[in-house]
Amino acid sequence: MMTDETRIHISSSPHIRQPRDVPAIMKDVAIALIPALAASVIFFGIRSLLITATAVAAAVLTEHLITVHLYKRETSIGDYSAAVTGALLAFNLPVSVPLWLVALGSFFAIAVVKMAFGGLGNNFVNPALAGRAFLLGSYPALTTGSAFLEGGFLGKIPASPGGLSSDAVSSASLDALSAATPLETMGTIPAGYIPEALQNLFFGAVGGCIGEVSAIALLLGGIYLVLRRVISPRIPLTFIGTVFLFNYLFPPVADIPVFSMLNLQYATYQILAGGLILGAVFMATDMVTSPISRKGQFIFALGCGTLTVVIRRFGGYPEGVSYSILLMNLLVPLIDRYVKPAVYGKRVAL
Amino acid sequence: MLFRKYTFPGGIHPDDNKARTAGMKTERMPLPASVVIPMSMHIGAPASVLVKKGDIVAAGQVIGEAGGKISSSIHSSISGTVKAVGMYPHPMGGKVTAVEIERDARQEQVSLPPIFNWHETASETLIERISDAGIIGKGGASFPTAVKLSPPPADTIDTLIINAAECEPYLTTDHRLMIEFTEDLLQGIAIAKRILDVEHTYIGIEKNKLDAIRVISQAIKRNPELSFITLCELETKYPQGGEKQLITAITGREVPSGELPLKAGAVVLNSGTAKAIYDAVVTGKPLYERIVTVTGAGIQKPGNYIVPVGTRIQEILDHSKADFSKIRKIVLGGPMMGIAQPDLSAPVIKATAGILALHTLPEPVKSYTCINCGSCVQACPMGLVPSRFAKLVEADKFDELPEENIMDCIDCGCCTYSCPAKINIVHAIKLGKDRIKKQK
Repeated sequence: MMTDETRIHISSSPHIRQPRDVPAIMKDVAIALIPALAASVIFFGIRSLLITATAVAAAVLTEHLITVHLYKRETSIGDYSAAVTGALLAFNLPVSVPLWLVALGSFFAIAVVKMAFGGLGNNFVNPALAGRAFLLGSYPALTTGSAFLEGGFLGKIPASPGGLSSDAVSSASLDALSAATPLETMGTIPAGYIPEALQNLFFGAVGGCIGEVSAIALLLGGIYLVLRRVISPRIPLTFIGTVFLFNYLFPPVADIPVFSMLNLQYATYQILAGGLILGAVFMATDMVTSPISRKGQFIFALGCGTLTVVIRRFGGYPEGVSYSILLMNLLVPLIDRYVKPAVYGKRVAL
Repeated sequence: MLFRKYTFPGGIHPDDNKARTAGMKTERMPLPASVVIPMSMHIGAPASVLVKKGDIVAAGQVIGEAGGKISSSIHSSISGTVKAVGMYPHPMGGKVTAVEIERDARQEQVSLPPIFNWHETASETLIERISDAGIIGKGGASFPTAVKLSPPPADTIDTLIINAAECEPYLTTDHRLMIEFTEDLLQGIAIAKRILDVEHTYIGIEKNKLDAIRVISQAIKRNPELSFITLCELETKYPQGGEKQLITAITGREVPSGELPLKAGAVVLNSGTAKAIYDAVVTGKPLYERIVTVTGAGIQKPGNYIVPVGTRIQEILDHSKADFSKIRKIVLGGPMMGIAQPDLSAPVIKATAGILALHTLPEPVKSYTCINCGSCVQACPMGLVPSRFAKLVEADKFDELPEENIMDCIDCGCCTYSCPAKINIVHAIKLGKDRIKKQK
């Protein structure tokens, strides 16, 4: 006999689904960020953790309050997307950034870029990058720099031509002016020091935003995401590859022969320095703001890479990754409209 | 050809859940006390009823006459008395005209005269026999086979493909057919080949059925008369058994959008249908029973049962000891494209390959907004953008659907299976297609 509890149900086919849902994807992204978070604490001190926690808390709180009190719906923070946005925003900020500014950036990223347009799935650009752009535009002095904390790992490393000298280290404090970023100082590094600089860039012993410095930590996270099938290597490889290729074919430092080891090193420097790996692996791959088709994603990443080089070379900023991604985000609806997969049965003209 | 992979772009890899029944020999259930045989179990015009209340019928006796050029005749599946002719629930939904027959003890069977020398018999005669036997596509599409084997002269057919992919999870009927009725199946293929007179004949079997591949391969090698059949080992992926995907995997050709496979020069027949052709021609037996895989977490006595058409689902569930405390859904067919049943008094029809008693409700408590992840796009075997259909239907923008190629969708369900936002995309697509058809 069938009771209410055992009543059978009906629905449209299919009657089976793969088990992963949106929160599961977001959790994977959060896990992939752990190596970079650890690196940020190693190189910049415990304050990185504080900045990240503030960003995440502010983002989650903003989304919760807006969803419940403005949208008048169930809270959406359970999908973990706000938390991920907060973490990514934090990673794009220097360790010297005041905590109130971090919270403000999170608020902007969630309230304006995401919730004002309808919440998850409806944001038109990457919320974390838009938050950072907002902070950079409104409080440039507080948002730039690659300051480091006295007592942090960076305080212990010897003179590095990557932009930090031991003098600067010993006189540094939280309020001290930041040293120049690796991108800014590339041209001043003697050729013999480049390999060591590359090593520092790879591990993260350089100045910069708290989440962007350690290439290896970010790449580990990226490999995790690829293995978990959250992202495809397509966008990161195309993005980074484009930047590498442009720099290799058009050397950034004058009078270097294209087919030389030094040029190869400079091109590698260009992809390891700055926020390229963070951007290519974690920001450009954001599903909502990247094209839905494979071809579209390739074009998108090509555009991001090209714009990054253009902004770095000809623009007023030393770093072009954030803006290139934001600009390409704006083009995604256009890309999706015109770049579609080939339909079966319409691929070959009869 | 050694290293060529027989497959198609897109698709998904669900757990195949076939282990429970793949090794189970087919067996007959005790005959039901009564059957309800619908007059429409096929594409095309319903059959017209030939019997009335009180008539005594034998198993294999015609009870419904084909209702037009694209239609099928219907036969009784048991020996008994016509209890009523009326409107009864149909497993595809709604109610249709059906004949209810109460079984008697006579166990009488009738058949058509066997055509032993089909090698020398004219194709027209063979096609007529297939039509008289009420044969329709047993793979699910239910297209009248006699019509399929009579392509218009303008379309040159050079390829016959036998569909033994059985790509839906849980189902093992074609699998068992290949192992237990090998010779019958191969002869049925030979008859179809004679009718169509094609250059190439293939049988496509997914690699998850290695024992069936072995049996078929050995049978072909043993008999020189079967050497015209090429066995293709298909990569195991859903929906490899979709006829478009099957044609592309084996021949490399694509069926043009909106057209039938004959425009790609191919005819695709389900393996069960091929065996039914053998039955009809060589033993004279019309189509009135079939193998049904009964399985799922809620079934305690699973199996591949040979079931008379018209047997009610409830009776089969009783025989296979369904435990309703463990069942949330009863699906007829496979889990990807099968139809959830609200009424268990509905009958098994000619194309019913499976009865699944599913335990876990896949419908989540919560679905999210589309996050543009592209899982549906990568899964779609037809190269469409399914999330776009869902968004357009949600926004009531039905007019924009045709230009987005919604009519090329084969309802396979790969998109919905893959979606992490748990959006019921197929539901939206079916709604959209229905609206478009109504507007025409």
